Amino acid sequence: METYTLIVLLLAATIRVATPLLLAALGGMFSERAGVIDLGLEGKMLGAAFASAAVAAVTGSAWAGLGAGILVSVALALLIGFAGITHRGNQVVAAMAVNIMVAGLGPSLALAWFGLGGQTPQLNAPSQRFLEITWPWAEQARATPAPGLLYAELLSGHSLLVYFAAALVPAAAWVLHGTRFGLRLRAVGENPAAVDTAGLSVNGLRYQAVLISGVLCGVAGTYLSTAASAGFVRDMTAGKGYLALAALIFGKWRPYPTLGACLLFAFTDALAARLQGVALPVVGVIPVQFILALPYVLTVLLLAGFVGKAVAPKAIGVPYAKED
Amino acid sequence: MNVVPVQPPGEPAGPARNEPPALELRGVDKHFGAVHANRSVSLTIAAGTVHGLVGENGAGKSTLMNIVYGYHRADAGEIRVHGRRADFRRPHDAIAAGIGMVHQHFMLVENFTVLENVVLGAEGGRWLAQGLARARAELERIARNHGLAVPLDAVVEQLPVGMQQRVEILKALYRGAEILILDEPTAVLTPQETSQLFTLLGRLREQGKTVIIVTHKLREIMAVTDRVTVMRQGAVVHETDTSATSERALAEQMVGRSVLLQVEKTPARPGGVLLAVKDLEVRDRFGVPRVRRASFELRAGEILGIAGVAGNGQTELLEALAGILTPTRGEIVLQGRNLVRGRVGPRERRRLGLAHVPEDRLRMGIIGDFTAQDNAILGQQDRPAFSRGGFLRRAAIAAACEHKLRNYDVRPPEPGRLLSAFSGGNQQKLVLAREIDGDPQVLLIGQPTRGVDIGAVEFIHRQLVALRDAGKGLLLVSVELDEILGLSDRILVMFGGEIVAELSRAEATEQKLGLLMAGVKEGAA
Repeated sequence: METYTLIVLLLAATIRVATPLLLAALGGMFSERAGVIDLGLEGKMLGAAFASAAVAAVTGSAWAGLGAGILVSVALALLIGFAGITHRGNQVVAAMAVNIMVAGLGPSLALAWFGLGGQTPQLNAPSQRFLEITWPWAEQARATPAPGLLYAELLSGHSLLVYFAAALVPAAAWVLHGTRFGLRLRAVGENPAAVDTAGLSVNGLRYQAVLISGVLCGVAGTYLSTAASAGFVRDMTAGKGYLALAALIFGKWRPYPTLGACLLFAFTDALAARLQGVALPVVGVIPVQFILALPYVLTVLLLAGFVGKAVAPKAIGVPYAKED
Repeated sequence: MNVVPVQPPGEPAGPARNEPPALELRGVDKHFGAVHANRSVSLTIAAGTVHGLVGENGAGKSTLMNIVYGYHRADAGEIRVHGRRADFRRPHDAIAAGIGMVHQHFMLVENFTVLENVVLGAEGGRWLAQGLARARAELERIARNHGLAVPLDAVVEQLPVGMQQRVEILKALYRGAEILILDEPTAVLTPQETSQLFTLLGRLREQGKTVIIVTHKLREIMAVTDRVTVMRQGAVVHETDTSATSERALAEQMVGRSVLLQVEKTPARPGGVLLAVKDLEVRDRFGVPRVRRASFELRAGEILGIAGVAGNGQTELLEALAGILTPTRGEIVLQGRNLVRGRVGPRERRRLGLAHVPEDRLRMGIIGDFTAQDNAILGQQDRPAFSRGGFLRRAAIAAACEHKLRNYDVRPPEPGRLLSAFSGGNQQKLVLAREIDGDPQVLLIGQPTRGVDIGAVEFIHRQLVALRDAGKGLLLVSVELDEILGLSDRILVMFGGEIVAELSRAEATEQKLGLLMAGVKEGAA
């Protein structure tokens, strides 16, 4: 294959890998800008992946699956919120407990319900999945490399959820900076006491933020099990929730830089997949283990090197309690 | 205002006509766990007056005002605003009833603009752009009416403290406050900013607003209020017209006994140089210089005061001297030994006769979850008196602590009690006892009486003077001008990290120091 085609395909893969990261990271952004650490991204995504695949398999509807995914993710978000907001528990501990619980609960329920060794049944019918949408004339356009292939691979040929994620970036930016809700949300993550004395409810705002994160993680999980693959398998998030959190921090808790960070992480992931077994000049074939570790090594380097000066929301992770 | 009185006013208070009082409290009672913060407080504040509420730390003033603001709920009692019965469940209700509050720690979102801060919670609609535009016009009108110019588009954290306070006042006025509560409003202001604030409060009164000032600074009460209420241990103990009382009388009411407001001391007899600082520069982690080219000498038998508004490099100077921060250039010489060039760490400095009472005792001076006796040996735990072969000598530590508690009048004198269960003043006395008992030649002391009640202030000041008279050198950093003027034999003024002036005690006046602290060069004023 010529280099140009290779690069376009690599970018198309990047978009697909970036989608769940972006959805989760934007969810985390709402939560963290409101002052609630969102380490539960992983568990909420995984729970949603399981619920959506299971419901889609049983009902035959991807949309029902999406609804179930969101419902489960929101329920988990509220659980973490109940511990961390209402009862002022440690947000990290509450979220980790949920992550661990979901990692075991999904496969257990799958085994009990479907008897397939911890997986959900394969989603074979098109109605059970969010399949790629081909835009008009995409196939014909492939013939002309320069604009045509870009159109066919990058714009056309993605799941509906990918387009949703893309549209979410400007929407999130606008909510955060153009609305009353966004102003209050940012305020509560910086100085909850100011919000309280201004006559607003700190916990109410934080629950709303956590709820948004629940919804978006639900969509992210649904994407994993009904769009990117055809069913739920054990540990299918594979740390994507943590990676999304890293992208959020690397993106300094802002929508567009977070998009950039998600794309960068996704690109290294896609590149790693491409590089497996390929002999490079000078170094020869790089061991698979090293290539697979590449995105994570990059993450560590980026976070260590560049994010030193990122300023987190000031009140993040601190449960709000009135002073005497 | 179209407030209709529900009942005829009980008593015609203050200069009011036939108008119900702006605020009336009856039998307000509040417990926090075992602490009885407010004991059946009754208080009447006439409309259109400036009312002072004074008392020591922990006397329940702030709690009472937080109840009026709906931030806390009273266990019992009744609140009337302009004659109307009020039952505030949250600040929202109090704001709606025309009450505004400026908290001691400003309730501002630091990385928001002034405009965003003011509209927060009163945005006037779901979409920000329109709300902000409307608010801008309204704020410009309010600012003109009250002479309260504030740059609306500036980011709050970049504004000086006095300006941030104006933002808070603007916030209250924007929400239509008729009663304005200010909690310790002058704690962070320069004398000039303070007098500007008082001018503003006078204007608000002329326009018919009611102002309540909560403070422990008696001079300000005398300067600005019409009437004053004294609280002690959660209860109102005294109420009077300001014109009918004096600072001394109020202080006695606050403490419940007679106190000395001014320390008695003899002129200093400075001896040889104990500590010499040359060209010292300290940078923060962003590389910004916090102390610029500071040079001075501290002699035996003197108290050298460092005056300045908080945040002008005093903290960094103290920490560099104590060995906590490493200076980027310059020298510190303690009794002939160069501490910077010799890379002498904090522990070794202590051994060489340097003691340090940090500005922020909760962060650096004590561990609240440790007992008094463990706190009393922090930093001295490896002395033979307290440990042997890596094991603590518990009995000796307890005995030594008990001795300290008695000598320094720390109450209650229980070595086994958690330090967080002591009041601020008693904690500070213990820190002082620990540092002084280490027998230092030089004592660095930051904000010795921050969060300390008047009674303990007097005690602490006497200890410091006694230490001076014993021939030790004291470097005193304080943002309280009264304290600097009352204790120092010589005064340095810091502004923007520089030592901008050195004055003898005789030359120093409050006016002069205030200008220097505000960065006004001598001669320019």
